[in-house]
Amino acid sequence: MHFEFNVEGGNFSKAGTASSQLKKILKQLNVDPKVIKRVVVALYEAEVNIVAHAFNGIIYIDIDTEKIEIKLIDEGPGIADIELAMQQGYSTASPEVREMGFGAGMGLPNIKNNTDELKVTSEVGKGTTVEMITYLSS
Amino acid sequence: MENANFHHALKIREDLCIGCSHCMNVCPTEAIRVKNGKSVLFGDRCVDCGECFRVCPVSAIIIDHDDFNYIFDYKYRVALVPAVFTGQFPEDISLRQIYSVIMDIGFTHVYEVENGVEILSDAINETAANHPEKKPLISSFCPAIVRLIQVKFPSLVDNIMLLKPPLDISALHIRRELVSKGIPDEETGIFYVTPCAAKIAAIKDPVGELSSAITGVINMDILFNKVYRQVKQRNIQSCTLPIGGKLSKKATCWSLTNGEAPHVKGRSLAIDEIKNVIDFLERLENEEVSDIDFLELRACDESCAGGVLTISNRFLTAERLRNHSDDYQSEQEYQHPDAAASILENKDFLMEQIEIGEIKPRSMMKLDENMSEAMKKMEKVNRIMQLLPMVDCGICGAPSCQALAQDIAQGDANINHCIFIQKILEQKGELSLDDSVKIMQEIWGFGKTNKYRDLKGI
Repeated sequence: MHFEFNVEGGNFSKAGTASSQLKKILKQLNVDPKVIKRVVVALYEAEVNIVAHAFNGIIYIDIDTEKIEIKLIDEGPGIADIELAMQQGYSTASPEVREMGFGAGMGLPNIKNNTDELKVTSEVGKGTTVEMITYLSS
Repeated sequence: MENANFHHALKIREDLCIGCSHCMNVCPTEAIRVKNGKSVLFGDRCVDCGECFRVCPVSAIIIDHDDFNYIFDYKYRVALVPAVFTGQFPEDISLRQIYSVIMDIGFTHVYEVENGVEILSDAINETAANHPEKKPLISSFCPAIVRLIQVKFPSLVDNIMLLKPPLDISALHIRRELVSKGIPDEETGIFYVTPCAAKIAAIKDPVGELSSAITGVINMDILFNKVYRQVKQRNIQSCTLPIGGKLSKKATCWSLTNGEAPHVKGRSLAIDEIKNVIDFLERLENEEVSDIDFLELRACDESCAGGVLTISNRFLTAERLRNHSDDYQSEQEYQHPDAAASILENKDFLMEQIEIGEIKPRSMMKLDENMSEAMKKMEKVNRIMQLLPMVDCGICGAPSCQALAQDIAQGDANINHCIFIQKILEQKGELSLDDSVKIMQEIWGFGKTNKYRDLKGI
């Protein structure tokens, strides 16, 4: 099954819409609550990353009986040093974003902890693509 | 893992139901449909919150309870009374009067539910300290919330604290107390005066426990009427004090909103009203909110003061309880000669019993047990959603277009139940007017469609 969601950069009131929708879908598909939790937490972090840093983005979700594949493609500043960004506590978030309780530098590491496969590719000045896979039976 | 036949205190009386769909529209778990002119309850989705009971215009939704005379099956009859019961009465009626009348109408003992708080509040802090993995710890106080989490938020069941509510702790204590005074256990009946349907369901079919120490349940509105009438008719001056002695301020206000939260160490939050709770749990499930240690969640606005079986205005009840709790602090009360030992003397015994068993999820959200079947059904739901008008008018007998689409995918409804689809089918000549009226009758009953046969003179 395929789903797509648009994400608007800078609109924190809408951040979490795609993860809430995915959560509902996975509950209806009778996916193990523990798996749902991991996937939704990972997607929420990635979704907030787009809202916090990019201009806009699209989330593509593909679900089959074995795995959940999520691809987030954004148009934005990109990440100069992905390895550094993957480190816990590292953040380039603005003070305004931090004031809202985001930007603690936990995003990418948290995504990594909650997915089975994670691939981040980025081009500075153009955008970032995050691909994550979660297997349903672990 | 699943138990579809679990007990509900809420029942729809078919003979009274007029199929008006008010209940269907307010149900927070979309557990009600209208069929043949009557509301029908999906038992596996209902959490006994009682929102339907509040809005029914013809009192067709009833709350199952034990007949009052059932108390006389027991030689010793304990009224287990929650603080909100006394909060139902006008200020000028004293606690002494209320408790005296409760004794006069047939009880041999009156005991306040919130005595159990003195045991529970320590146990909550212990659980919070010993189980950091359960953070945020969710209170098990409100049984409608426990059931809500089971059916709608299965990934959060592990956060529910596995501790008995004050009600069960007090019941265990008083049972033991009476036995220690030489009263045989089987001669004691403990009757809880309930402000809501969810507590009844929890007693008749406890979650995480095999049985309850409580013998029966008396609905608060019924006892209030009996007691208030007596108070009005007679000028009662006698003073029968509750056998537990005075409640602390903390205990008196425990069942109100913010009754628990301030007494738990760390960052705790109190949320009342079921839709507010659902909204918050959605966020919690996404881990949008973090670093909270304890959640006090209550299904009713103003918590138990707003219970569906209460009579007084919820804000006045809450005010009265807070005032009473101040009185308790100041007044030197006369101790009744039959007064039971303080619940704290039984602390060790009660702490041994305080835990409840595992609470299991029983998700109502899934379209099918089998994931590939569920995917097929979901694709069908999505296709149907493309055809539906998305106005959530409820004319199909389901609370929303989404609910109808799911019912169709499950084989419980037909797409031509939608009034918009009917019009299109009629226009295309694929559905006759007679058939269209028949469909409406199948949903709303014969009466509603037959009313309009003669429109002359309007």
